[in-house]
Amino acid sequence: MSIDMSQFHQVFFEECFEGLEAMESGLLNLDMGDIDSEVINTIFRGAHSIKGGSGTFGFTVVADFTHVMETLLDEMRDGRRKVTQAAVNVLLGSVDCLREMLTSIQNEQAVDETSVAKHKAALEQELNGLATTEPAPPVVNTSPAITAAIDDDSGDTEPLELNEQGWKIAFCPYLDLLKTGNDPVRMFRELAELGELTALANTQDIPGIFELDPEECNISWDLKVTGDIPVGEIKEIFNWVEGDCELDIQALVTTPVIKKAAPLTKKAELEPPAPAAVAAPGPIPAEDPVKPEDIKAKEPAKPAQAEPEIKNVVAASSSIRVDTAKIDALINMVGEVVITQSMLGLVGENFAMDKVDQLKKGLAQLERHTRDLQQSVMNIRMLPISFVFSRFPRLVHDISSKLGKKIELKLVGENTEIDKSVVELINDPLVHLIRNSLDHGIEMPASRLAAGKPETGTIELKAYHRGGHIVIEIIDDGHGLDRKKLIAKAIEKGLIDENATLTDKQAFELIFMPGFSTAEKLTDISGRGVGMDVVRRNIEALGGNIEITSEVGKGTTIAIHLPLTLAILDGQSVAVGDETYIVPLVSIIESINITEKMLNKVAGKGETFRLRNQYIPIIRMHKIFNVQSRNASKMAEGVIVVVEGQGVLCGLFVDDLLGQQQVVIKSLEANYRRVEGVSGATILGDGSVALILDVPGLVRFSSR
Amino acid sequence: MASILAVDDSASMRKMVTFTLKSAGYDVEEAVDGVDALVKAQARQFDCIITDVNMPNKDGITLIRDLRSLTSYKYTPMLTLTTESGMEKKMEGKAAGATGWIVKPFDPDQLLKTLKKVLG
Repeated sequence: MSIDMSQFHQVFFEECFEGLEAMESGLLNLDMGDIDSEVINTIFRGAHSIKGGSGTFGFTVVADFTHVMETLLDEMRDGRRKVTQAAVNVLLGSVDCLREMLTSIQNEQAVDETSVAKHKAALEQELNGLATTEPAPPVVNTSPAITAAIDDDSGDTEPLELNEQGWKIAFCPYLDLLKTGNDPVRMFRELAELGELTALANTQDIPGIFELDPEECNISWDLKVTGDIPVGEIKEIFNWVEGDCELDIQALVTTPVIKKAAPLTKKAELEPPAPAAVAAPGPIPAEDPVKPEDIKAKEPAKPAQAEPEIKNVVAASSSIRVDTAKIDALINMVGEVVITQSMLGLVGENFAMDKVDQLKKGLAQLERHTRDLQQSVMNIRMLPISFVFSRFPRLVHDISSKLGKKIELKLVGENTEIDKSVVELINDPLVHLIRNSLDHGIEMPASRLAAGKPETGTIELKAYHRGGHIVIEIIDDGHGLDRKKLIAKAIEKGLIDENATLTDKQAFELIFMPGFSTAEKLTDISGRGVGMDVVRRNIEALGGNIEITSEVGKGTTIAIHLPLTLAILDGQSVAVGDETYIVPLVSIIESINITEKMLNKVAGKGETFRLRNQYIPIIRMHKIFNVQSRNASKMAEGVIVVVEGQGVLCGLFVDDLLGQQQVVIKSLEANYRRVEGVSGATILGDGSVALILDVPGLVRFSSR
Repeated sequence: MASILAVDDSASMRKMVTFTLKSAGYDVEEAVDGVDALVKAQARQFDCIITDVNMPNKDGITLIRDLRSLTSYKYTPMLTLTTESGMEKKMEGKAAGATGWIVKPFDPDQLLKTLKKVLG
């Protein structure tokens, strides 16, 4: 049977990458002082599965490489080898190397042999090193494909040991043979396939009916197979019962090629009549050279099957894994929609005015189901943020050991879900921020101790939902931002005026300015000048914002607010003149009516009104967008929508509130160009276009 | 046709084994580890069990030991999938009651050939 193995490759690669990730996180979690054997076991299993799979699917390079890793890990698992930081680092390096190998193979590219050789050498050095408590067993680096061809430990399968006539086998099972599920009858059937079989059962050991235990094997057999059969094949049949029986395999007549004379004499001793010997005509010498060739021809065929079959690897697709529960929910919803649709169809068939109620009911149901369906579909795009977080332990481990700092990374809220597109885009800014914290935030162990802090610094990476947003915080307990230094630096760089007075918040914001870097000297970890301004720009491009709080000596917290998805938004539609605008619901605090009397006009600074002891500036929307308003001057006839943007409250004066709805965001940039104060557009139920307001942008715009 | 329970924590190996066996006409069910397998083996009677050795939750050796202690699996052939370096594991498997082993890496033909040994 021929089976196309390449169909399993995609799964195999996915599995390998998952396994590597598990190995990596296991290695990073190993606590040198207190080794958790389950962790070692998990790492071992990772290497073991990759080895097994790569051997089976024909990736010999990978199998050879993982074999060494596996051996090392096996010794660690058995407690024969001490787990050292050095060994862990070598293993981490190997994990990277494997990942590269697998990626190359997956993309049908050549494997970087020098890198592989380097890591393999490092592993072997570790393996042969003195770290063992017992001498390490030699690394047998045989290609598994070849050893697998014939699994015979006795090693005496030289093809020369042929016999023209066959074999005589004395097979005496121990009582427990049947209890392993082995069945002599099946073995005899196999023997019969090799040649002509005669079996003689010795029943003299069967006890009386009252002593008989039917689960025990009380029979022994004398078997004779005639034919041209290599001993290896006979042995293979009995391979599994070795140790469960007494087995004696003798050639009926040995050919002159075989040096062993002993079996013959032994046989002769055991069975003086030797009826088989009588039926033994002399071997025809001419046939001898032929047979070994036959066998030799067979042997290379097996390794050939294990040659790498890389050609059919499916290119990596940008697929996502979805929880089956989510798909079930989706299918369920589709079912509901279909039911509603058929119900509406029924109403429409013979429509009469008395069916209006039924129609309304159906439409309401359709609306609910569409909303649910939409949510289910959006849900499929949602990924836990652990997809991003999971790579940081390694980053922190590598960088902190490079810097000589002791740092613990805490991950909180890894299961918080976020849209796939946001996941892809948030990674780089986060890497940058974490590198910054590692490099500039956390102090060297000595200075930490001197400051009365624990030697090990902590970086907490935290994600949670708040309102319609996801918040990601990076909290370190380093030395914090020094506002005096920041201001001095900004003045030196000419970024701010010498006499400027800045609040703490404004001072911290300085680090987001282009060309600002506080590190006294640049390191290769962070601080190449393309820093925080890019981070901020990227995050704002995602519709999010970034905030920084810090206290000298205590640490720094950077909070990133991001929308859950970039595709859909809950909006409040408002009317301004004949136009409709959408205000994101998350930014609305409340909507109120006020009268002209409540307004305070400040010369040159616009209008404000007082709301519970707070003065709130008013933005007249029709002025900003230059639209004819119906209530241009009469405050009492319009509505004030109080919104919050970048921590500032603001009142949007509009003509009317229309209704809440979910809107699909269409990019304005893609179809027109970027407009300040507008984040996008959407299409309303009647087909007209409405602009979606960018509240923080509006606030900024109006304060100018 | 004979029914087989294929146990492996590695999805690719499991798929390969299942696909091979199904192509040969066997009735195959999959289990992801020893715990899963034990539940499935008790839900219906299989004619043969093929199990990986190294698995989380419950390894193959323990699975075989547990199954052997059940009356319904007393004589059922059980094979372990093992690596060539694991002579110890083979013996450990046998001590637990395994019928035999299939050495990794194997190709579909080897698998079917070995299976014929126990299913006839």
